[in-house]
Amino acid sequence: MIAGISIYEIFTLTSILFFIGIYGFITRKNLISILISIELLLNASAVNFVVINKYLYPDVLQGVFFSIFIIAVAAAETALAVAIIINLYRQISSVEVKDTEIMKY
Amino acid sequence: MDISYILFIPLIPLAVFLLLGIFNQQIKPAVSGYIGVLGLAVSAALSYYAAYQYFFVSVKVEGVYQTFVEKTVWMNFTDTLHIDMGILIDPISVMMLIVVTTVSLMVHIYSRGYMKGDDGYTKFFAFLSLFSFSMLGLVLATNLFQIYIFWELVGVSSYLLIGYYYAKTSAVAAAKKAFIVTRFADFGFLIGILIVGYYAGTFDFQTLNAVNPEGEGLLLNWASSSFMGLSVITWALLLIFMGGAGKSAMFPLHIWLPDAMEGPTPVSALIHAATMVVAGVYLVARLFPMYYFVEDGFALNIVAYVGAFSSLFAAVIALTQTDIKRVLAFSTMSQIGYMMLALGVSSYKGHEGVGYMASMFHLFTHAMFKALLFLGAGSVIHAVHSNYLKDMGGLRKYMPITNITFLIAALAIAGVPPFAGFWSKDEILVAAFEKNQLIYFMALFVAGLTAFYMFRLYFGIFWGKETKYEHTPHESPISMTFPLLFLAFMSVVSGFIPFSELVTADKVGFEGHLDYTLAAVAVGTGLTGIILAWIFYKKENDLAEMFAYGFGMFYKWTSNKFYFDEIYLFVTKKIIFDLVSAPIAKFDKKYVDGTMEDIGNKTVLISEKIKGLQSGRLQDYAMFFVSGVVIVALVFIYLWI
Repeated sequence: MIAGISIYEIFTLTSILFFIGIYGFITRKNLISILISIELLLNASAVNFVVINKYLYPDVLQGVFFSIFIIAVAAAETALAVAIIINLYRQISSVEVKDTEIMKY
Repeated sequence: MDISYILFIPLIPLAVFLLLGIFNQQIKPAVSGYIGVLGLAVSAALSYYAAYQYFFVSVKVEGVYQTFVEKTVWMNFTDTLHIDMGILIDPISVMMLIVVTTVSLMVHIYSRGYMKGDDGYTKFFAFLSLFSFSMLGLVLATNLFQIYIFWELVGVSSYLLIGYYYAKTSAVAAAKKAFIVTRFADFGFLIGILIVGYYAGTFDFQTLNAVNPEGEGLLLNWASSSFMGLSVITWALLLIFMGGAGKSAMFPLHIWLPDAMEGPTPVSALIHAATMVVAGVYLVARLFPMYYFVEDGFALNIVAYVGAFSSLFAAVIALTQTDIKRVLAFSTMSQIGYMMLALGVSSYKGHEGVGYMASMFHLFTHAMFKALLFLGAGSVIHAVHSNYLKDMGGLRKYMPITNITFLIAALAIAGVPPFAGFWSKDEILVAAFEKNQLIYFMALFVAGLTAFYMFRLYFGIFWGKETKYEHTPHESPISMTFPLLFLAFMSVVSGFIPFSELVTADKVGFEGHLDYTLAAVAVGTGLTGIILAWIFYKKENDLAEMFAYGFGMFYKWTSNKFYFDEIYLFVTKKIIFDLVSAPIAKFDKKYVDGTMEDIGNKTVLISEKIKGLQSGRLQDYAMFFVSGVVIVALVFIYLWI
């Protein structure tokens, strides 16, 4: 029951966010951009948690807590991913996806 | 009679073989020759002692020579059907012991001179000992399976010795040919043995030979089983004879024997003249009661005709061969045919069994004079360095001892009294005359031919044209002439052994006597042959060639051995290989192998195609994953909403 905003609008927003994330994840060539896309995915789901919690069980806060967890995990994950990317950069002087194909076959 | 010491007769050559074979490199040639000779000498001495004990000391029961057996069960199948290993002593095995050890000893002594300086000297003696062991084991075998084992062993030793000059392609080919042809025949032998084992339930010679004409005992079991009009056991006997015919170079399995002459000459003397090739005769003699009684001797009749035909066939071919060893090879085949036909016309009891006795008698005397002929030929080849008659002539001046001994052997084989061949051949002719006139005349004709080609050989080598030699030929050393002299002595005296009282089918001796008419006819035929040869070949002249020209096609056919090698080649190469084996091989390669290979190839091909999926790029995987989720989601939506 958020005043002035219907649930459909929020879901449309999160869906758009989510699919932008997926689109970015699949099409970006740069590892950093891919990382940003993952953040978009996580944020979309975090918003969903909060909104659904608010609409279905307004008197408990599990969904809200969950989104806080997601933010924490996302932060940790980003730190890890950036560390990996930096190390990768030291190895091959590039952050392009096409240069990281040594796992092929 | 204690027979355990007889076990040492084959075991000593085996020990010599192992010794010379294992320490091939360490033992000096000078020593190895002596080891071989010594081993065989001990064996020979034991054999002579055994023969003396058996024939003159041990007691005959009611005039019958007893059979002594000592054996252990080696493989047990049922109560009656088991394979034994042991020794069996009866008149023919004792006689064969004498033949094998005597000839083998002489050949060992001879080889010391003949093989001098050869690289494989020690190896040669090892092989000779292996052969002696196998042959003695064959002779002493107590049952069909044991004889089969040693039968194959002599085949192997024969193969090794024919292919002794392994650097020569022809020798290798000859060795393979001998092995394959005899092996093919042995396949029949094996089937025969298995049939006997199945229907009679025993391999033992004594049990098998205890048949009698009334059809009691073992015979009764077989009477009911027949195949294509003949009883099963007759088939078994025919198949066993096929094995014997292969080893004894009977028509049509004779093709390996002439080629086997590629081996060293002492080997030819030992294996392809005196001992191994008579194994077939020995085998038939060993099973003689069965051959005689089963179905009124149907199988025995076959033996007689095969023998008679081979004898004639080989004698005709021998007339035209120019390689002296090949003449002797065909002569051997002819004489073995003689022994076979003698067995074939024999009966069982008393004087009726003269054919059996004559066959064994001829086996004995033939071993002596044919070994002598081969060793003499070896001596000539040693001096002239050629196998061909055209390179010889007038050798009597250079090689007096070889000349005399060869002449004695030739007279013996031609059947001139008092040499050994006369006595045994006469008995064979008597037996044939009493039983089957057709075979008698064939045999008589062969006797004439034999005398002719033998003296063609003799005059060709020692008389005839005066050949100019590059190196003046000289008489062989004493190690080679001594065996010649000894065997010549045997060729003279062995005819006087009273065989009819010692070795007979029913083991009861009978009084042998000479049929003067038949003897006169035989001697006359032999002398005619000799005189013809004398006219043709004593002095260099064109008579022989004119004569050959007169025969035209027939001469050409004969000198090409009636194209039997070609026929066999045609059948094996053109028909079996090209028409049967090649298509089957092609089918195997194309379809059986092809299917399997295709499965593999296609898997690789498909993998190659789809391995692009595993790109290693995370984004591709994400793409697949998301597309999958979308598809699943769409399906869900379509189905449930």
